[in-house]
Amino acid sequence: MSAEHAHAHHDDHGHDHGSHASYLKGFVLSVILTALPFGIVMAGGFESRALTAVTVIGFAVVQILVHMVYFLHMNGKQEEGWTMLSTIFTVVVVVILLAGSIWVMYHMNTNMMPQMDHEMMQGIGS
Amino acid sequence: MSHATTDTMGRYWELEPHHHPEGASTSLGFWVYLMSDCLMFAVLFAVYGVLGTSFAAGPGPKDLFDLELVAVNTAMLLLSSITFGFAMLAMGKGDKRGTLRWLAVTLFFGLCFLGIELYEFHHLIHIGAGPQRSGFLSAFFTLVGTHGLHVTFGSIWLVTLMVQITRTGLIPANQRRMVCLSMFWHFLDVIWIGVFTFVYLLGMI
Repeated sequence: MSAEHAHAHHDDHGHDHGSHASYLKGFVLSVILTALPFGIVMAGGFESRALTAVTVIGFAVVQILVHMVYFLHMNGKQEEGWTMLSTIFTVVVVVILLAGSIWVMYHMNTNMMPQMDHEMMQGIGS
Repeated sequence: MSHATTDTMGRYWELEPHHHPEGASTSLGFWVYLMSDCLMFAVLFAVYGVLGTSFAAGPGPKDLFDLELVAVNTAMLLLSSITFGFAMLAMGKGDKRGTLRWLAVTLFFGLCFLGIELYEFHHLIHIGAGPQRSGFLSAFFTLVGTHGLHVTFGSIWLVTLMVQITRTGLIPANQRRMVCLSMFWHFLDVIWIGVFTFVYLLGMI
């Protein structure tokens, strides 16, 4: 069995290393998805700050998906779906963790006693 | 591993020993490690989300961050990702010299990234915006520093792998290591997308 033949088997097994074209496609998409949010923020952003933030986060989510597909070669078939399953589990935990922490701590901050401003905090700290 | 254990595992996923005499589940195991790493970064992102506005009357993101520098840094990491992809393709063709060449290019971009990040950290500490200045800066240095530490260890791994490939060639064990390191490297790029979006871009809006 030649080395190339052995490698073809290797690829069939689910370790897809991608092709030149798919790497380049992923790279071009990543460059666009990076340059646009940087450009928007550097130019001062839209009139609404919230709209700018949502747009920038949107670009990030799409770019993460592009990296997952073109660079990490994610698909539902790898390791009979176990890769995908562990990823979905992680994403669920990450979303709960991030949203939960920020939500809880935001309410803790806003419901703090009014006199607990940072002058007083500095007084305690020093 | 005992024979009985291998049998039990075989029921859950295919081992196909004739394709992969050893390390058949390495890439899945490594992926699970990356997911646990992802959880660690999620905690650091959550800390940054909570403390990111606690400036303690000190400097905020708009006073400190230089987006042009961050853009260059992002470009370095993105370029290193594609060159690692080319190293994987060269390995697929059995091209040992090509693999080593692309790994060297990847290492170069990785070190550029680290250099720029160290310059940024040095600059911040120099102007008195070190990690002890405020909650925001503590969270910033922890999150970005942890990512930088990952890139550092990834670079050490890259050098180690280049030595291994030089010595023993593209043997199956080295191919497996390449697959793991490529996952690690691309994963760090994904984490960096979160960093430049949530820390730098959202901080500058």
